[in-house]
Amino acid sequence: MNPKIFEKLKTLAEAAKYDVSCASSGTTRNNPVKNLGTAAGWGICHSFTEDGRCVSLLKIMLTNHCIYDCGYCMNRRSNDIPRSTFSVSELVELTIEFYRRNYIEGLFLSSGVVRNADYTMERMVRVAKDLRLVHKYNGYIHLKSIPGASRELITEAGLYADRLSCNIEMPSEASLRIIAPDKNYQSVYRPMHYIQQGFLQSAEDKKKYRHTPRFAPAGQSTQMIIGASPDDDNRILHLANALYQRPAMKRVYYSGYIHLNTYDTRLPALPTPPLVRENRLYQADWLMRFYQFKVDEIVDEKHPNLDLEIDPKLAWALRHPENYPVNINTADYETILRVPGIGVKSANLIISSRRFGRLTSDHLKKMGVVMKRAKYFITCNELQAFTVQEAGSEYIRRALTAPPKKKKDEEQQLIIGFEYDTPRNP
Amino acid sequence: MIPPVTPKSPKEDFVSAKYSTSPPPTPPSGGWGVITRYFIYDNTFDGLLTCVFDAFNRKEFPDRIVGENTQLPLFTESFTVITDETKSDRVLKALREKISRSALDMLFIDYLSESDDTTIILFRYIRKALTSEFSIEMNFADPDVLELSKIYKKVTREEERMRQFVRFQKTVDGIFFAVMNPIYNVLPLSARFFQNRFADQSWIIYDIRRKYGLYYDLHTVETVQFDHLEIAAETGKLTPEKLDDYELAFQDLWKDYLKAITIQERKNLKLQRQFMPKRFWKYLTEKN
Ligand code: SF4
Repeated sequence: MNPKIFEKLKTLAEAAKYDVSCASSGTTRNNPVKNLGTAAGWGICHSFTEDGRCVSLLKIMLTNHCIYDCGYCMNRRSNDIPRSTFSVSELVELTIEFYRRNYIEGLFLSSGVVRNADYTMERMVRVAKDLRLVHKYNGYIHLKSIPGASRELITEAGLYADRLSCNIEMPSEASLRIIAPDKNYQSVYRPMHYIQQGFLQSAEDKKKYRHTPRFAPAGQSTQMIIGASPDDDNRILHLANALYQRPAMKRVYYSGYIHLNTYDTRLPALPTPPLVRENRLYQADWLMRFYQFKVDEIVDEKHPNLDLEIDPKLAWALRHPENYPVNINTADYETILRVPGIGVKSANLIISSRRFGRLTSDHLKKMGVVMKRAKYFITCNELQAFTVQEAGSEYIRRALTAPPKKKKDEEQQLIIGFEYDTPRNP
Repeated sequence: MIPPVTPKSPKEDFVSAKYSTSPPPTPPSGGWGVITRYFIYDNTFDGLLTCVFDAFNRKEFPDRIVGENTQLPLFTESFTVITDETKSDRVLKALREKISRSALDMLFIDYLSESDDTTIILFRYIRKALTSEFSIEMNFADPDVLELSKIYKKVTREEERMRQFVRFQKTVDGIFFAVMNPIYNVLPLSARFFQNRFADQSWIIYDIRRKYGLYYDLHTVETVQFDHLEIAAETGKLTPEKLDDYELAFQDLWKDYLKAITIQERKNLKLQRQFMPKRFWKYLTEKN
């Protein structure tokens, strides 16, 4: 073993750590011929770092040398930092050995740009290809595609990777131009488009031929940095919504901006990363994907930013008291899902259980409904409660945001959730 | 009401027995009056099913079912059930006609929670399922159905934690070895996962609490027991001379890696512990 590997791992893991998209979900890979590795459904979190983030993949850079100078990035060329490069075989060995010890679900590889986009992309593809073809590795692979990479390389990458991603980084092209002048939306959207085409083509071929090589079966994802530019939540969520309309787009990640390059005055000097806002964006994203909310219901010109004090579902409910209280024993699934305090799981339990008899608030409590919130928005034919109709939105907001009896510093450390089914990778 | 049954044709019991749709009364905690009826069984799943068979047969239903060697409180009536596969098979067969495959799987998984409190709920559930005219599976307003679904979640969650937190150490003879200490008996549930994923390496996962392990030899998974396990009690680590030459280097690389990807600006130890409870740290490579 090359003793330099320790130094390289440290440098190149640190270089990759700010990319938040580490989910390893979305593929099912069986292992019929007794090789190494499987992937199934939701990826597994194997560890959690001290910041509470899930470690599922070996998230690492091939190199942190870079010819570009993106303002938000630690690896930009103007920074004087230790630089390293893995050889293809070093990275392959690390992945395999970590995998065999059940440390990881697979590899998430990104890279700084050396020489040009294609030169870099080509080496990344070689890592994936070696893993699959030489080592018969069947675990998860996520490759970042380099902005500006050619269609040929993206297409080849799709044959070996489960997921490809291409980060938008800035929620508007204007901001991207200012902060990352080497990039533009075209260099991001093009690879995104190639991925989408490969994905659709492979689905099409599957109908015609029995053996079609799979193309990035877990689709693609992207990431936006939050709070580095003046773009509001209305802009961010509409962009996310538009991205989700694309057939292969599986996840949009939001990453609260961390002010690393303090000398760069194009960027806001945030004292702490905007974690509450990031959390609210994930909740809004959840509402769009699993709670049948339309983006316009969450943000619009009149409410361009998410309420930081309360979660977006409660915010919607308080803006629309006329829809409540909801009768738990008769309302349809969509309506029940809109009750603050009721998540997807409890909504399903309610629907399937009420066929056997009338549900009471006692049942709801046992089914995991957060009654502290839900009680203002439901009726279950019991004694008339104190709902939003009687109490008014303002009262409920105050009741539910009354400072909890805990230490101040914990407020920054919100956990995604309440009734939201917790995403593993905030 | 349960119609009278002739003890000679117990098989009929499950088919013909009709129970009113209301659930059987649950005893108040402490049982009816002072006398609580105990069934004693051998802690096996077949044993539990035999309890069901015998109960129908005797028209006597237990308030508690406990494992052998349990100290019984005063003023109890007890009956010792002798596990009998023909009996348990019959119950299983009757049960199959009443509930779905996945509900049946759930019962077995609940059983792996290894708690007497669960056993009696399982018993009541099976009794209700056998005598109810319609499937009770989805009736979460029934406290027993709801409770079993919750226990199911806990047990499968524990099994998921095996997938998450098992850490193999590579030994000199190339076997990948891991120690675990799960609160429920979930090893049987994870066998298939590890067999599929690590199909080209032999491995052992050892449950240190129950003193047995699974051993995969590249062909099949078998149960193993060691009289004497040479591991560090505090960390589950094998002694260095038992390890592959590069094992410690990879352990260090893994630790370095986790340190390197932590974002100090977002430090949140509470969140870390919420996702990765302390009780798992003992055998985690990265925490030792
Ligand atoms: S391209 Fe930009 S974001 Fe990527 S490594 Fe280089 S400087 Fe950083």
